[in-house]
Amino acid sequence: MQETMETTQAMIDHLAAVNKILEKYNYSEAKLVPILQDVQAVYKYLSKDMISYVATSIGVPPSRVYGVATFYAHFSLQPKGRHIIKLCDGTACHVKKSHGLLNALYEKLNLSGDKRTTSDLMFTIETVSCLGACGLAPVMVVDEEVHGQCTPEHAVEIVEQILAAEKAANK
Amino acid sequence: MSEVKNTLTVNNREIEIAGERNLLELIRKAGIDIPTFCYHSELSIYGACRLCLVEVKGKGIMASCSTKPEPGMVVQTDTKAIRNMRKINVELLLASHNRECPTCQRSANCTLQDLARKLGVKTVRYKQSIKGLPLDTSSPSLVRDPNKCVLCGDCVRVCAEVQSVGALDFASRGANARVVPAFDINLADGECVNCGQCAQVCPTGAIVAKSDADKVWEAIYDPEKTVVVQVAPAVRVALGERFGFPTGKNVARKMVTAMKMMGFDQVYDTCFAADMTIFEEATEFIERLSSNDSLPMFTSCCPAWVKFVETYYPEMLPNVSTTRSPQAIFGAVARKTLPAKLGIKPENLVVVSVMPCTAKKFEAQLPKFSVDGRRDVDYVLTTVELASMIQSMGIELAELEPEAFDMPLGFSTGGGVIFGATGCVMEAALRFAVEKVQGTSLTQIDFKEVRGLSPRKEATLEVAGKMLRIAVVHGLANARRLIEDIKSGKAQYDFVEVMACPGGCVAGGGQPITHEEGFRSKRAAGLYDTDKDRQVQKPQDNYWVDQCYAESFGGRPGSHEAHTRLHTTYKNRNQIFDAKAPIMHATSDDAPTICVTLCTRQQNCPGQKLLGMIVEFVKANGLTEKVNIDAAFSSRPESDGTIAVTVGDVVIPRSDSVEAMFKVVKQAIESMLAVK
Repeated sequence: MQETMETTQAMIDHLAAVNKILEKYNYSEAKLVPILQDVQAVYKYLSKDMISYVATSIGVPPSRVYGVATFYAHFSLQPKGRHIIKLCDGTACHVKKSHGLLNALYEKLNLSGDKRTTSDLMFTIETVSCLGACGLAPVMVVDEEVHGQCTPEHAVEIVEQILAAEKAANK
Repeated sequence: MSEVKNTLTVNNREIEIAGERNLLELIRKAGIDIPTFCYHSELSIYGACRLCLVEVKGKGIMASCSTKPEPGMVVQTDTKAIRNMRKINVELLLASHNRECPTCQRSANCTLQDLARKLGVKTVRYKQSIKGLPLDTSSPSLVRDPNKCVLCGDCVRVCAEVQSVGALDFASRGANARVVPAFDINLADGECVNCGQCAQVCPTGAIVAKSDADKVWEAIYDPEKTVVVQVAPAVRVALGERFGFPTGKNVARKMVTAMKMMGFDQVYDTCFAADMTIFEEATEFIERLSSNDSLPMFTSCCPAWVKFVETYYPEMLPNVSTTRSPQAIFGAVARKTLPAKLGIKPENLVVVSVMPCTAKKFEAQLPKFSVDGRRDVDYVLTTVELASMIQSMGIELAELEPEAFDMPLGFSTGGGVIFGATGCVMEAALRFAVEKVQGTSLTQIDFKEVRGLSPRKEATLEVAGKMLRIAVVHGLANARRLIEDIKSGKAQYDFVEVMACPGGCVAGGGQPITHEEGFRSKRAAGLYDTDKDRQVQKPQDNYWVDQCYAESFGGRPGSHEAHTRLHTTYKNRNQIFDAKAPIMHATSDDAPTICVTLCTRQQNCPGQKLLGMIVEFVKANGLTEKVNIDAAFSSRPESDGTIAVTVGDVVIPRSDSVEAMFKVVKQAIESMLAVK
């Protein structure tokens, strides 16, 4: 009995945040996009369960919510890492060898091709088209911090610093 | 000041505006057939295909489907620029379309093919770019070929708007846009009810009925086998359309001749089984009415409706008549009576159905309609498949001498014949029930209140001093609205007929596709005319059904034998998409599941306590290897804190007391395991 209660309570706790979001938007179908944005902000990505839960809660077919979630590049249906690295590959950054940064980070984090999130869900690398800071090319944004005129060595260094900080925090 | 005339100009001719919703309707009324993919007068306006372009003076080129007609507009439907754009649009669609036209089910009946021809597209100037996406053949009813999809969204809208199901929608965008079920799962694994209305509106071959024609030919050519076939009522008033007959013409007798030529050994009529359905269903209704048990009673003939209610309203399942559909009843009767009658071994009997319906293919393969692993109905053909099979033999239907259905399973009353139109199962049931309840012979046998195409038909009849409230709906969105009205107490009925397809089976997912105005009424009229010509119109006057009961089904409707073979049970298909947490799972795959829904909007949902009690009970009685237990989590506003529990296919009625519910759950678990 105790064990069962724990399992279900854990799920109810897990769903508390999405309930608050649904409440905030009054379970309105018209607010689907802001609901999904808020859900992603809390849960980092839109899981199948979460999409179904939102769909059944606001009374629209799951296929419709799935359609909206796959339409916008902003939404991710894959789990993302705790730390998001946005690497600019716009024209200016590209000319300034942004791919050198990408390769260095891929190698450091053991990623390749479509695998852009580390297996321990620590990092996700995203390439973006322009961050509007072409004067600082090549540019990399880690979490909310901008790193201009970045070199491959510096990029790896930043990753190592984060890893060290995570390690210290877990002690 | 001169009065503004309520007219506009189309191609230099003045045309009156008479309440048309958009320019497209008005232009078509003027006799110009503007091409469209995504426009259906019964669906919402989408404006995606850009084929209905017209030039409006002072405004430029616009989509006529989404432009309101205004007095004084000057419209050109065909300029050099428009012609070029349409052609380019069609060429672009063709470039990303699987152009294996000769082998496509929709060849010669395809809007894309048609338009390319009409617009004079001789070459496609763009590089062919089909993605080679896999076909979805998971469903027993429908096949989706994404490589033929033109992304018009017709199927998406018919499913969401007309059927209120929404099994399909667009996913992704740009070059990756596609029409798929939620999470790209297989069609069969989602909430699709197999009605096939998507295939009816699809302009190409991207969604088609799954064909069983080859298997039927195999059976016909097998000298060991005796192949019998039943033909549903709605087939006979639509088949002729494929052979140049006017819409709604009943070609039953010529069809019988053709089917004999094809090699079917016996050609029977589903209308016989429809009469028998009425014997059972009306008897069941009279019983429920007299004991006031689970009213309103819903009809159960339509497998798409049945799956709909199983999926969305499992708590209403006790209200669905347990009588099998005519197809299933025919199957049961055929298996039971024909081997002896025809002097053949039971294993050599092959039972084929011809149905106006794609959902009947789904129904026939359900395990509950099999005995010892042998399906009651082996193969189901659609009307269109039958037409193609007849055509493949080179038979000219119009030239054939008429023949009659084989006896005795080919005899039917007018009540059985009309089964294919909305309102007609109700009408046939009333012919039976009213007479039985009143105890006097019915003279006025037409119940015109339930005929016609209005979305919900209601009537109150006085029968033996009692007021009988009936309703008829067609289209599942209408059914949903009706159920919501019943649940909220806004509407009360005793007997409700539901058909999933708008217009009923005459416009089913397996019927020939037509864009003719009023085709549903015309086909229904064909059935009503046949009914009028019959000397016997009331199902209870079918002597051969009486005989059949006497010989094989306990002598009367509702007997023990009838209950075993002519009635059925339903499955709870709810909570497909609910967030679930497994609590305990047995190792075997076929263990039934107990699912408790917990309300996540409530502190200390009583479901948690109930769930705990169920887990204790299962453990204490050593049932851990016999059942699965799941917790589902829902915030659905209508659940307002009361708990929903399902034990296998049984929905436990809601109650305020956890202890009272636990008692019912215990009983349900015990009886579920006893049956197993």
